[in-house]
Amino acid sequence: MIDPSAGLDRAADVLIVDGRIAAVESHLDARADVPVIDAAGMIVAPGLVDMHVHFRDPGQTHKEDITSGAEAAARGGFTAVACMPNTLPPIDHPTVVEYVKSRARSAACRVYPIAAVSKGQVGQELAPIAGLAASGAVALSDDGVPVASAGLLRRAMSYASMFDLPVIEHCEDLTLSEGGVMHEGAWSTVLGLRGIPAASEEAVVARDLLLAEVTGARLHVAHVSSAGSVRMIREAKRRGVTVTAEVTPHHLVLTDESVQGFDAAFKMNPPLRTPADVEAVREGLLDGTIDAIATDHAPHAPEEKMVEFDAAPFGVIGLETALGVVWTALVQTGALTPADAIMKLSTAPASILKIPGGTLRPGSPADLVLIDPNRKWTVDAATFASKSRNTPFQGWTMTGKAVMTIVGGEIKHSDLEVEARV
Amino acid sequence: MRHLLSLRELSAEEIETLLDAANAYAEHSGLAAPALRGRTVATLFYEPSTRTEISFELAAKRLSADVVRCDVDRSSVCKGESLLDTVRTLEALGADAIIIRHSAAGAPHLASTVLQAAVVNAGDGMHEHPTQGLLDLLTVRQRLGRIAGLRIAIVGDIRHSRVARSAAWGFSRLGAKVTLVGPATLLPPDPEALPARCTTSVEDGLRGADVVMVLRMQLERQAGGDVPSVREYAAAYGLTEQLLAKSAPGAIVMHPGPVNPGIEVRDEVASGPRSVIAQQVTNGIFVRMAALVWALERELPFVDSRSSFVDTGTRPTTNGQFVRERSAVPASAADTE
Repeated sequence: MIDPSAGLDRAADVLIVDGRIAAVESHLDARADVPVIDAAGMIVAPGLVDMHVHFRDPGQTHKEDITSGAEAAARGGFTAVACMPNTLPPIDHPTVVEYVKSRARSAACRVYPIAAVSKGQVGQELAPIAGLAASGAVALSDDGVPVASAGLLRRAMSYASMFDLPVIEHCEDLTLSEGGVMHEGAWSTVLGLRGIPAASEEAVVARDLLLAEVTGARLHVAHVSSAGSVRMIREAKRRGVTVTAEVTPHHLVLTDESVQGFDAAFKMNPPLRTPADVEAVREGLLDGTIDAIATDHAPHAPEEKMVEFDAAPFGVIGLETALGVVWTALVQTGALTPADAIMKLSTAPASILKIPGGTLRPGSPADLVLIDPNRKWTVDAATFASKSRNTPFQGWTMTGKAVMTIVGGEIKHSDLEVEARV
Repeated sequence: MRHLLSLRELSAEEIETLLDAANAYAEHSGLAAPALRGRTVATLFYEPSTRTEISFELAAKRLSADVVRCDVDRSSVCKGESLLDTVRTLEALGADAIIIRHSAAGAPHLASTVLQAAVVNAGDGMHEHPTQGLLDLLTVRQRLGRIAGLRIAIVGDIRHSRVARSAAWGFSRLGAKVTLVGPATLLPPDPEALPARCTTSVEDGLRGADVVMVLRMQLERQAGGDVPSVREYAAAYGLTEQLLAKSAPGAIVMHPGPVNPGIEVRDEVASGPRSVIAQQVTNGIFVRMAALVWALERELPFVDSRSSFVDTGTRPTTNGQFVRERSAVPASAADTE
């Protein structure tokens, strides 16, 4: 059993009563009428928390909806997700927050809405932040696009800090990246594809760190992809700037070389960057510069992705592969301990968003994942619960899988070879 | 069936084979006739073209193939049919080879992933234009008798040029030294990535060059504002007689066409005695014949170089005969420079 929130990493039993953790002890005797799950050889951990998903609901439910997205999350071991507001209409009004929450009630995991920074996400005027906060938004973001105006972002940060909401930034200077479809570098040169330079991300990371410092607000940098961003965030944290950051599984393992087949399954924003950048984001993850791993799960229908690279939309799905990628590439190789991996995938993101989860402390909701650390499996997008198939990991052999996901004491996903004994 | 998608992915031997076959077609028109009888070749051009499309059509006709042109402006593409559905349709109609010109880099690659038919890239975005590269190589080989050891200067809008990329790969594969010349904003974002040296100095780039390849200023592909003005570009980089004097004696001038008159090259240079532009166009037919036969894996003609290759250029090789240079060229870009 691993619980980074309590520094716990040992064999133990957990008792769930009425959807909450009742006890965690070295040995618990179950009453005869209580169902018991034998998780010998498994890792029991707080359910994974993905602080960055796109569920396309409302508006583009042919790609995903809250039900299918949450099902994909549960399959991947996630018990909670926070969905970005770039829907149609965007989550820029309390009624849309209410809509997401109502759809979330019957979903397979907890779904928290992130609301827009600006009305319509067009970067002109502040969204109704007080109402959004009151209706249950857990953060503010214009993700999908950056907040281009430094002045607007500064006001948003100041205002959001009254409600203790973090502002999540998609850092990109569009004047530097305009028309770009992949990382600008050796491969974009060879392939003749327009580039998105690392500087387009770094210029806005620099600006946002300054604004976080000026306002004292909580800044969260989404999907950090470049070495320069890691360096600046590290330096800012050292000076006490209230900044947190996330990285995606794909930016931890893939480089721009993957684009050479012109397959839009490798087209996302920020783009896959160089081996040196992958090295840097891994270092940042290990030394605490990067707090969380988040998927940026961005579903697109096959017919939207099976087009010319220039014409395809940005984004890849990640909920059903994230744990496998992290376990295979980082835990199995010894780069990350299992406890650190749970920290990055659960405890840290829950704490950034101040949502329940990320802990097995008695009294907290019984949101758990059972991980078989040795289960070998092959990624086959055709079997995904997500409505979309746009994974860059198709055909990969993974080690490590979520074999059971429990949300509020209810089993929402089970692939456990030994079933519950009643 | 083989796809011809880029010169980067071809070995020196494959390129030589294609050049030998093209040269054989150039010298012996009788070699062509029935090679593709009963085969169907379709052209699918999403961008306008004169010389490439017509020379592909002529090449296919000389090989006795049936040729169909999918006119994008009057086809179901206008009704929103996707690239993949369009090429699948052409294949279902019997196309054995589909020749694709597209504004998006990688479009022919994408098509090749779903087809049994051969895909020939007729220029994709800023990526490659492999048959243009081949005709450039053939023209130089005919004129100067060899490729290996030559200095090739490519001048102009390198960043947006598929012609420059294919030429850089092709010439370097066969052992030439390539220099890319242009203003900083029109050089590749990563100069190390191509098998060539980059310079912003046109004098430096042209010094000692055996071949000066001038690129078309791709006004339609520029996001805008890469250079302050076309006039400023023309003043600094437009090829004049004076600039050409920096190159090697006997240097030839090439241009992939169509020429922007007076911008990248002065008219007196483009139509002057060093210009081989017309020969490039003619060679387009022969390399495209070779490319089609190669792609459809029919037998390529071969003519013994010692007896048949005639040096038509101004610089005969030392022994008066064409000498094939098959130097070992490393496969990867990083090793070549």
